Amino acid sequence: MIRHVSILAAAAVTLAISAGVHASPPPVVHDWVIQSDKIPKKLSEFGFFQDWRGREPSMDVVPYRLNTPLFSDGATKLRYVYVPDTAVAKADGPGLLQLPVGSALIKTFAFEEGDELRYIETRVLLHRADGWVALPYVWNEEQTEATLALAGARREVTTPYGERISYRVPNKNQCKECHGLNGAVTPIGPKARNMSAEWLRSFLGEVPKGADTLPMWEDRETADPAAAARAYLDVNCGHCHRQGATASNSGLDLRWENDDPHAFGINKRPVAAGRGSGGLMFDIVPGDPEASILVYRMASDEPGVAMPELGKGTVHEEGVDVVERWIAGMPAR
Amino acid sequence: MIRTLMVATALATLASPAFAETITVAPGEDAQDRLQEALILAEPGDEIVLEAGRFELTDGLSLDVDGVVLRGAGMNASVLDFSAQRGAGEGLLVTSDNVTLRDFAVENPQGDGIKSKGADDIVYSGIRVPWTNGPAATNGAYGIYPVESTHILIDGCEVSGASDAGIYVGQSSRITVRNSTARSNVAGIEIENSRKAIVELNYVTQNTGGILVFDLPGLPVKNGGEVLVRNNLVANNTTANFAPPGNIVASVRRGTGIMVMANDTVWVGQNMLYDNPTAPIMVIAYPLAFDDPEYNPYPREISVDWNIVDEGGTDPQFEGAAQLLAAFGGALPPAMWDGLEDPEMTTLMVHPDLAGWSVNLPKQGAGIEAARPGPLDAGAIGQPISIEGWGAPEEMDARL
Repeated sequence: MIRHVSILAAAAVTLAISAGVHASPPPVVHDWVIQSDKIPKKLSEFGFFQDWRGREPSMDVVPYRLNTPLFSDGATKLRYVYVPDTAVAKADGPGLLQLPVGSALIKTFAFEEGDELRYIETRVLLHRADGWVALPYVWNEEQTEATLALAGARREVTTPYGERISYRVPNKNQCKECHGLNGAVTPIGPKARNMSAEWLRSFLGEVPKGADTLPMWEDRETADPAAAARAYLDVNCGHCHRQGATASNSGLDLRWENDDPHAFGINKRPVAAGRGSGGLMFDIVPGDPEASILVYRMASDEPGVAMPELGKGTVHEEGVDVVERWIAGMPAR
Repeated sequence: MIRTLMVATALATLASPAFAETITVAPGEDAQDRLQEALILAEPGDEIVLEAGRFELTDGLSLDVDGVVLRGAGMNASVLDFSAQRGAGEGLLVTSDNVTLRDFAVENPQGDGIKSKGADDIVYSGIRVPWTNGPAATNGAYGIYPVESTHILIDGCEVSGASDAGIYVGQSSRITVRNSTARSNVAGIEIENSRKAIVELNYVTQNTGGILVFDLPGLPVKNGGEVLVRNNLVANNTTANFAPPGNIVASVRRGTGIMVMANDTVWVGQNMLYDNPTAPIMVIAYPLAFDDPEYNPYPREISVDWNIVDEGGTDPQFEGAAQLLAAFGGALPPAMWDGLEDPEMTTLMVHPDLAGWSVNLPKQGAGIEAARPGPLDAGAIGQPISIEGWGAPEEMDARL
């Protein structure tokens, strides 16, 4: 019933546009755009936001945050999840939320410029009948619209650390390099273990077992060093460094749930690191961060050495610190 | 304006039924975006043609559509130049099946050259991957790098300057590498943790080590074997090792011709081996400590058949080389074995006309200082082995 109303409203808007009238976008999401097989050229075609500038989410577009977030050159990230009102999201224990067909995840990457928050790109993940689709949209200089950028883009930005960098918007295939699992695109961020119990209660109506266990990034100094570092590695590295994903052939598994020390790098020799090894013998040498390839590659911004390979134009010093502290605190063998 | 139209047309194609198209991409302004867009919007069966010229690229390219042909105007004519690359771990990444890459070059990538991962039935034909500054530790690791794939055909390719292996096939099966040139890399051609591979008719020269057949512990795909190395010219592999330490190839000695480490069932024959002054042919166990209960560090069922070989190790890069040379009369015999074996298996069989020596290490993991060098005590080459089902399937030849 509710769904019918929204389709009618949308149809009315479509008519208005085709008649040449510049109507304001409606405050509801266009479910048929998400669920069709079309690749919209403009972000606004989804109706995720009430305004052309993408600042005010539409009805049922729900903001969320992660306890420990993925670092992307210091970009401010605005994350939203949308579930059509005809379906329900479910928990899967501490893992990825089960978002039904018709759902979308929307993430805007922005940098502060003076008092303004300058939007660079908005990435959307759409759950269609035949699987998830990842699409990148790049904002124009005027900040009035975001356009599909299948081939990605580069933008000059100043990071919160004052560094002027060439920020890379990934291309459609590169989306899959991180979001690919066993050949299909999948969300990676919204896992119950990395979300607040309070938010989950309001969104799902329940708090799944194992939820909200990753430490809050801002509490990393006081959190257990191992938990802070493993959370950081899980969120920033574990989507590729696991079986079935882009870096599977390395044999390195950096997911939170992996408890095999060799597989998460302790005394593990590199496989295909090339000059990424930095002349070091092992991924993690307990007690010796400077001898650990993991730290060496995180602390590099040189292509061919730097990890992660994508979405990194600058070194995340706080991330390096967390991992260094963890390794330094391990008893030497 | 034209650009907008192009995208619109391409998007319309996405929704229309598939029929093979040829999409031509020229070098010049926006080559990065135009080429990447073509690679994304291609449909199975399409051919993307790179016009002759130099494509100046700033980021890695990737292809994730099955059944696409990416064709240039020749390995010296169409050049994807990654000298100014600022991101990604390789020049070109292929993650889809049934892809044919032919007749173009990937120059100076910052990481690997062309990586194909989980990309079955892939053909590399007439591909050139050079690091133009010559051997340097700052060069990328692998030139041609298929991994975790089934059915790989590499034919008529040229790779030089890789700081690990020029042509590296890892964790894969049904592989053919032939008619290719690997020059001035640390390892010319390396087959690692893979099964059913044929390496033939290649020219492998001026590397640190020529052809390596390795099996390593701790990887998702292990127990490599069933590798045939025949009819290759392996010569002048005398480049000092320039691999960054930490990588297994950093331990390869300058002057190694064909080297087998661990592995099950490898046949080495009919090769010509000249000027590989540490060891023309070397068969050894994995030399390092490991913690992988499923891993067998010993070579098993290794056949070294008749090969044309020079006098052997005239300038071996070992501690105590002078005494060794004196003991063996000026040159180490061409076939070298470390003397380590799985007691339950046949390790090594050697053609009676090929002289050899054994390092006689006391146990796996022992260093060369524990050597007790002596004559080779290996069985004679036995029954012919079957190579049925080895190499890329023959029908892939139709795509050359």
